Amino acid sequence: MNAFFNYFSEIGRGVKTLLKGMQITNGYFFKPREIVTQKYPENRATLKMFDQFKGEVIMPHDDNNQHRCTGCGICENNCPNGSIQILTKKETNAEGKAVRIVDKHIYHLSMCTFCGLCIKTCPSDAITWGQTFEHAVFDRSKLTKVLNKPGSTIKKEVKG
Amino acid sequence: MVEKAEVILGENEQYVINMGPQHPSTHGVLRFELSLKGEIVDKVVPHCGYIHRGIEKMCEANTYQQIIHLTDRMDYLSAHPNNEAVSLLVEKALGIEVPERVKVIRTMLSELGRLGSHQLWWAAFGMDLGALTTFFYGLRDREKILDIFEESFGSRLLHSYICPGGLMNDIHPNFKTRVKELIPYLRKKLPEYDQLLTGNVIFTERSKNIGIMTKEDAISYGITGPSGRGSGFACDVRKAEPYSAYDRVDFKEILMTEGDTFARYQVRILEMYESIKILEQLVDQIPDGDYTVKMKPIIKLPEGEYYQRVETARGELGVYAVSTGEKFPDRMRFRTPNFSNLFIIDKLARGHKIADLVAISGSLDLVIPDIDR
Ligand code: SF4
Ligand code: SF4
Repeated sequence: MNAFFNYFSEIGRGVKTLLKGMQITNGYFFKPREIVTQKYPENRATLKMFDQFKGEVIMPHDDNNQHRCTGCGICENNCPNGSIQILTKKETNAEGKAVRIVDKHIYHLSMCTFCGLCIKTCPSDAITWGQTFEHAVFDRSKLTKVLNKPGSTIKKEVKG
Repeated sequence: MVEKAEVILGENEQYVINMGPQHPSTHGVLRFELSLKGEIVDKVVPHCGYIHRGIEKMCEANTYQQIIHLTDRMDYLSAHPNNEAVSLLVEKALGIEVPERVKVIRTMLSELGRLGSHQLWWAAFGMDLGALTTFFYGLRDREKILDIFEESFGSRLLHSYICPGGLMNDIHPNFKTRVKELIPYLRKKLPEYDQLLTGNVIFTERSKNIGIMTKEDAISYGITGPSGRGSGFACDVRKAEPYSAYDRVDFKEILMTEGDTFARYQVRILEMYESIKILEQLVDQIPDGDYTVKMKPIIKLPEGEYYQRVETARGELGVYAVSTGEKFPDRMRFRTPNFSNLFIIDKLARGHKIADLVAISGSLDLVIPDIDR
């Protein structure tokens, strides 16, 4: 008789705790305001990432197609995995002196670990974080980017 | 007449099966070689190394600033304490005193990370034991913490934010208000965790008296973190050797004596409340000041050996470095909590059923990249 009673009280206890847990799930079922998920691909137009979001390394250019990179190569030295290559070239400036300027700032997004050392150590604040995050491509070579735009020049106020 | 004995195939035989390396309940690439008698586990041999990246060796070719981003990738759920361990080691070796602001922020980040990590663990642990609902609820609350992280330093998981000398950049102005919103929110939501899972009859049946670890075992295997504290082993580095701002906050070290799966579960649940308490004490006391001290571009540690330990969400992380005065360390060694915590699983699981092995490994809260490094 006792075992019989225990058997049913066990079942009763199980059902009770089950209902206790379902109080919460049911509660949320009838409270759609508490839904926190975003409809991601549909809300692309309004989706805004945080300003600091580490999407990729970019080099901002102004309206005159000018950037701040001097081609010093400090970012290249600080990158732990060789994601950055700086190619420089010699050019004569307005005063007739030969100066070294950046030819190509090559950035391998496929190898970048987003540690932020290049951005932190750049002495002239030439590079920063971009907010794009949809980087999926079919061909890996598309992830190698040249950050300085073709034909761009260095801003006057930046000292090399 | 000879009675025909009924032969059950494999009744008294031992057989071996593999659990993993791709198994949903090992949460990573870990392989258990199980010797079974029927459904009873006779022996567990963990095989690790599937995600070995040679981080310790890689450190020997990286400067101290660059090592930071490698430590993220060990225990990715405790990225802040991992970063902090290396940073504290460098600061100790150079005799640098970081500003108060940095200390307080570092402590808060570690606690936020601990909360997020325990929430993810709770979510996944419930799922291991068949309660899928917990997964969504745990991740929902963790998302709030990840939002704070993302706003201040741009990434959700691998932050590389704490660096030798301070922080990479200053915290976002919203940081304080967001943490202040988070505290009452979690105070409201954490009791739901108890209601949903802790009292559930199926859950308690599956976790109470399963995988009992004695205090002696915990000490001799070097089990630290909540898993060790579930057996009454007071191993909290935050209490024993306070670093950053832990010496001025008031919190309890949660200790349980049962040592079973349920005790380890409860330690983590109660630790979340303690973390909230720490955050509450610090959020209004972030002093103004610099977020970093000026460091040389190339850090060279003086010749010698250094050791620093911190408490991550899973236990004690020790960093040992040998320097010959160069810009690269001569040898770097990480004493990671999960590596020690893993190997007691054989002792805990013996004599239990396979299903209980899942509960036990879940309650040890293993992060596999931290085991292999
Ligand atoms: S991006 Fe900055 S650090 Fe890199 S080469 Fe240009 S100026 Fe130098
Ligand atoms: S973020 Fe780090 S890994 Fe990426 S390019 Fe900069 S230094 Fe290299």
